[in-house]
Amino acid sequence: MFAAPALLFYAVFVLRPLFLTIQFSLYKWNGIGPSTWVGLSNYGKIFSDPDLYVTILHAFELIIYFSLVPVVLGLVVASAIRRISQSRMAVVSRTVLFLPQVIPLVAAGITWTWLFSTTGLVNQLLSAIGLRGVTRAWLGDFDTALPAVGVIGAWVQIGLCTLLLLAGMSKIDPALYESARMDGAGPVREFRSITVPALRQEIGVCVTVTVISALASFDIIYISTQGGPGNSTMVPGLEIFYLAFSDRQVGVASALAVALMVLVLVVILPIQWLTREQS
Amino acid sequence: MITSRRESLLGRVLLILLMVVTLLPFVTLFVTALHPSGTYPSGLSWPSSPQWGNFGRAFTAANMGQLLWSSVLIVAGVVPISLLLGTMAGFAFGHLRMPGHRIVYLVVVLGLTLPFEGVITPLYYQVRDFGLLNTRWAIILPLIGLFMPFSVLWMRAHFVGMPGDLSEAAQVDGANTWQLFVRIHVPLARPAVSSLAILLFLWTWNQFLLAIVLVDDPAKRTMAGALGAFQGQWGTDIPLLCAGSLLILTPTLVVFLIFQRRFVAALLQGSVKG
Repeated sequence: MFAAPALLFYAVFVLRPLFLTIQFSLYKWNGIGPSTWVGLSNYGKIFSDPDLYVTILHAFELIIYFSLVPVVLGLVVASAIRRISQSRMAVVSRTVLFLPQVIPLVAAGITWTWLFSTTGLVNQLLSAIGLRGVTRAWLGDFDTALPAVGVIGAWVQIGLCTLLLLAGMSKIDPALYESARMDGAGPVREFRSITVPALRQEIGVCVTVTVISALASFDIIYISTQGGPGNSTMVPGLEIFYLAFSDRQVGVASALAVALMVLVLVVILPIQWLTREQS
Repeated sequence: MITSRRESLLGRVLLILLMVVTLLPFVTLFVTALHPSGTYPSGLSWPSSPQWGNFGRAFTAANMGQLLWSSVLIVAGVVPISLLLGTMAGFAFGHLRMPGHRIVYLVVVLGLTLPFEGVITPLYYQVRDFGLLNTRWAIILPLIGLFMPFSVLWMRAHFVGMPGDLSEAAQVDGANTWQLFVRIHVPLARPAVSSLAILLFLWTWNQFLLAIVLVDDPAKRTMAGALGAFQGQWGTDIPLLCAGSLLILTPTLVVFLIFQRRFVAALLQGSVKG
């Protein structure tokens, strides 16, 4: 009885739309007129139309920036500051590093759009160190737009990852490090043999959170590039939005939505299973 | 000892570097906002005559007063209802454990991985059929449902850790389940509830997708949703856009700085549990 109202909200605003998405995905519908049953052909379209399946590839490429870079850098930084984690500077850094998590992603998008523009800070810095040759409108260039969007995501996630991993490290017994030192292990060996294995669960959390944010990215890209130039930064989340609400192809949009949800589950469940197994 | 001092120096340098990278975008935003409106300032440069008035102009242009009020109304709708229902459900799953709770809980928790884009299309038609399109309820009601998996998970984690003796003692004294919940368990759950409140506030305030799809009028959206419209309207006036963005992210920053300890703890725990 206590769970009933919560379950009601969940059923009406999550489960029902979920089933409707699956249902819509089997029809051709413009959102207004009558719909026609088309079976699985919307799914066929996703995997045959390059404009659509490329969005999924982009989402995977974003995992490198949203997930891999923050987790690896987070690990490096966290283990470098492990020793000074009680100092004043580390306390201040907790606040500072969290700022990108607190502001709306849209604001991060606007800020970085400006940083990446022709007259923005990124180009200014590059010119200052003698790299005027590579300056460009980073978000407007077919080759650099997706990595540039990725950098925005990395900027948002790195603080969270660093602090999560640092919190995990504080639970490791310092005696382990001491005895490793005694046995002549250097910092690299220490990192590989003690830190990383002990942080299995925290790494799992970082990877899960950031991978979902990469696959389901929307806000940053909507604001900074709108999928462009051309189709070069289009991701599934944004494509669903355009298909459903501008192109009025509700069926295809829903099929892509189902594909996205399945994709997230397929990627996340093994990560969860791998990192929680032994805990 | 020498190695460890060198390592701690390296640590400090890395940490400072990371903080600079984190803060630099905010600094640029601020400096650019002070340039005369309509100009194209270059990167990071202090203007010859700082235009503090830009913030005032952005405040009026973005209709900030109304936006703040709108976001507050939306938060006031989402957070209390989510807290109440989430706590009740968490109590049911974590403490009462009625038959079949495992299966139902699993179905709820699977919702944690759900990208909102996955259900946004049917949500639009559903909200339209309810006649709620372009009202704040169009954001409030779906968000309560979409945040429910997390709220339930969070509160269940709290109630699982509560000793069963507590309830037995109360039941011996003749308390029914509702009294048990309200008199004993809710007061004890206060820390968990307040952390959840912080997270829900933040996610509601920053919600973008639902705001732009379900509400056309920026003045009835969340802060983040309104920022999208502001960019569309003033996107070419960079100093004004920067001033507007700063204003729009100020409220969360202020709340964050006031409650930062709780915030950091809640966010760290939140991602571990999620």
